[in-house]
Amino acid sequence: MRNLSKPAILLGPLLVFLCLTYVVPFLGILRWSVTLPEPGLGQYQAALSDPLILSVFWRTLRICAVVTAVSVAAAYVVTLLWVRGGPVQRLLIEFCILIPFWISVLTRAFGWLALLSNKGLINTWLQSLGVLSEPLSMVRNEFGVIVGMSHFLIPFAVFPLASAMRNLDERVLLAARGMGAGRQRVFWTVFLPMTLPGVLGAALIVFVFALGFFVTPAILGGGRSVMIAELVYLRIFQSPNWGLGAAISVILMAGVALLMGALMRAVRPGDKS
Amino acid sequence: MTSGRVASKGSQMLDKVTAGEIGAEGIGKTFGHFTALDGISLTVGRGEFLTLLGPSGSGKTTFLMILAGFEAPTSGRLTLNGLDVTRTTAEDRGFGMVFQGYALFPHMSVEQNIAFPLKVQKRSAAQIRARTDEMIEMVGLGGHGHKKPAALSGGQQQRVALARALAYEPPVLLLDEPFSALDRNLRGQMQDEMRRIHRDTGTTFVFVTHDQEEALALSTRVAIFNHGRLQQIATPREIYDHPDNRFVAEFLGDINVLPLASVVMQEGAAQAVFEDVPLRVALDGRDPTEAVAVRPEHMHLALARPAEGNAIPASVREIVFLGAETRLTLASPGGQPLVLSIPSEAVPAGLVPGAEVWVGWPEDKGVFV
Ligand SMILES: Nc1ncnc2c1ncn2[C@@H]1O[C@H](COP(=O)(O)OP(=O)(O)OP(=O)(O)O)[C@@H](O)[C@H]1O
Ligand SMILES: [Mg+2]
Repeated sequence: MRNLSKPAILLGPLLVFLCLTYVVPFLGILRWSVTLPEPGLGQYQAALSDPLILSVFWRTLRICAVVTAVSVAAAYVVTLLWVRGGPVQRLLIEFCILIPFWISVLTRAFGWLALLSNKGLINTWLQSLGVLSEPLSMVRNEFGVIVGMSHFLIPFAVFPLASAMRNLDERVLLAARGMGAGRQRVFWTVFLPMTLPGVLGAALIVFVFALGFFVTPAILGGGRSVMIAELVYLRIFQSPNWGLGAAISVILMAGVALLMGALMRAVRPGDKS
Repeated sequence: MTSGRVASKGSQMLDKVTAGEIGAEGIGKTFGHFTALDGISLTVGRGEFLTLLGPSGSGKTTFLMILAGFEAPTSGRLTLNGLDVTRTTAEDRGFGMVFQGYALFPHMSVEQNIAFPLKVQKRSAAQIRARTDEMIEMVGLGGHGHKKPAALSGGQQQRVALARALAYEPPVLLLDEPFSALDRNLRGQMQDEMRRIHRDTGTTFVFVTHDQEEALALSTRVAIFNHGRLQQIATPREIYDHPDNRFVAEFLGDINVLPLASVVMQEGAAQAVFEDVPLRVALDGRDPTEAVAVRPEHMHLALARPAEGNAIPASVREIVFLGAETRLTLASPGGQPLVLSIPSEAVPAGLVPGAEVWVGWPEDKGVFV
């Protein structure tokens, strides 16, 4: 008992802090969703039957799925080069992974705007080179949002992947090569399957993180590719319909919780023989 | 092979494979300024069971990795069946390898692990099936084929690693301390199994171990490494009876090393002096050195000076009864400790610590080291 009480005391302040900053506000939102403007599940009914809201949900899911696939795939390559490269290459990649953390979301979104917009660098170059006659629209649409979000999220996918790749027993790869397997085969049949738990972990982090994105879609989507977080913002601060905003938030939270539960179950090392 | 021997499980099923002959000429390996291997030259004959033995850090694993092709030597040449393979990649050499810790594919079942090298070789599904079953049977894992490695005990994982490494009939099987994680009992069992598998497959084995008994029990020849140098390579018997140098003598088993005051040559034998006592040492082709080594079990105890062979006076320090054998610790007049291992019934009745006795040994049992 004495052994238990010590960490409990140390953890206490953190638990209180998390409770105050997460649980209490969430309970508040839960209450709004069933009390504003009047008690009942009316707001949920409204949210789930409004075609606009449903289309935003659907778009959010679609964008997040694509962003997750793009970020995790890109992060896999980056991590592979990072973990298995020489010292110089490793340092260089480390630098590239860490730098984005020092630059705000806003700055990066505007950076992409400067690159991708109709009068941006890429369109100007391509037009002056004669490759394009009309500017390619790469922002104010889902493409821009996906590019901006993926760029932001890649570093977050790198860390779970790196830990999976680092924990992999080098000798297993040597064993495969010794049995005559070439690099390609070793990668596809041994390395990738063995790092799959890391891939799922990275995908989960990226996907959940992406669901709550607000600034990047707002800037690079230009109001056309509204995602769920922006919608909540609009319902709460502009309409204002606090009850509806709260209900959308709760639906999102419930979705995330379900997804995490399902994935945790899938990732846990199976006891099936 | 005697005709009366009962064929063990695997022997009828496995064809004798074409075992490889390895040649290493002056293999050296440096890591930065550190020399891990220095001019290793040896050959491993077809179907031989060679054990690499040496203290930690002596370069055994490094040498094995170079044989497998996972590391390139800094200098020297490697041949397989007379062909230069120094620059051949690990996948093209295709040596079987069993690592310490087994290195099984954790996401594949036992069957899939064993089938892996066969799939690499693009054998037909039916062949793969048959061979996998055969190997599972050979290592005694029938009924475990669908399990993942994590669901197996250490000994069972060890067998899977062995089956996987042998499934595709590699010309050479390399094993790096494959039993180090097993308990004593299981080790003994696996050693018997290893001997059987070596006999049945006829493959060339190169085996690394820390365990001297294991090395002596399994190998056709033993190579002793120290500080990246090959100290001696010979049959277990030869190494035990005629160690080439003091390191080998002291490393393998117990031995008494007696420093000599002087040595003179006389009639093909050497006349040496140990603490005023004259000794005769057989030369068997070597040059005299300043010490002679004698195994504890080659020495005997006498209450009076023996007429034959070498003998030095000593006083008994300690008597330890070990069952069939008794271990005696003695000291010469000059204080040199001596260890004897004699059959318990040969211990004179009433022998107690402090007794003054003679320690003798035949001339041909002492070697210069
Ligand atoms: N990649 C490496 N870089 C630097 N030094 C190394 C490397 N691999 C091995 N060494 C060094 O080479 C020496 C020999 O190592 P090796 O692993 O071959 O020894 P070993 O005989 O297998 O020892 P053990 O019995 O402990 O396994 C050691 O001193 C080790 O530190
Ligand atoms: Mg080693």
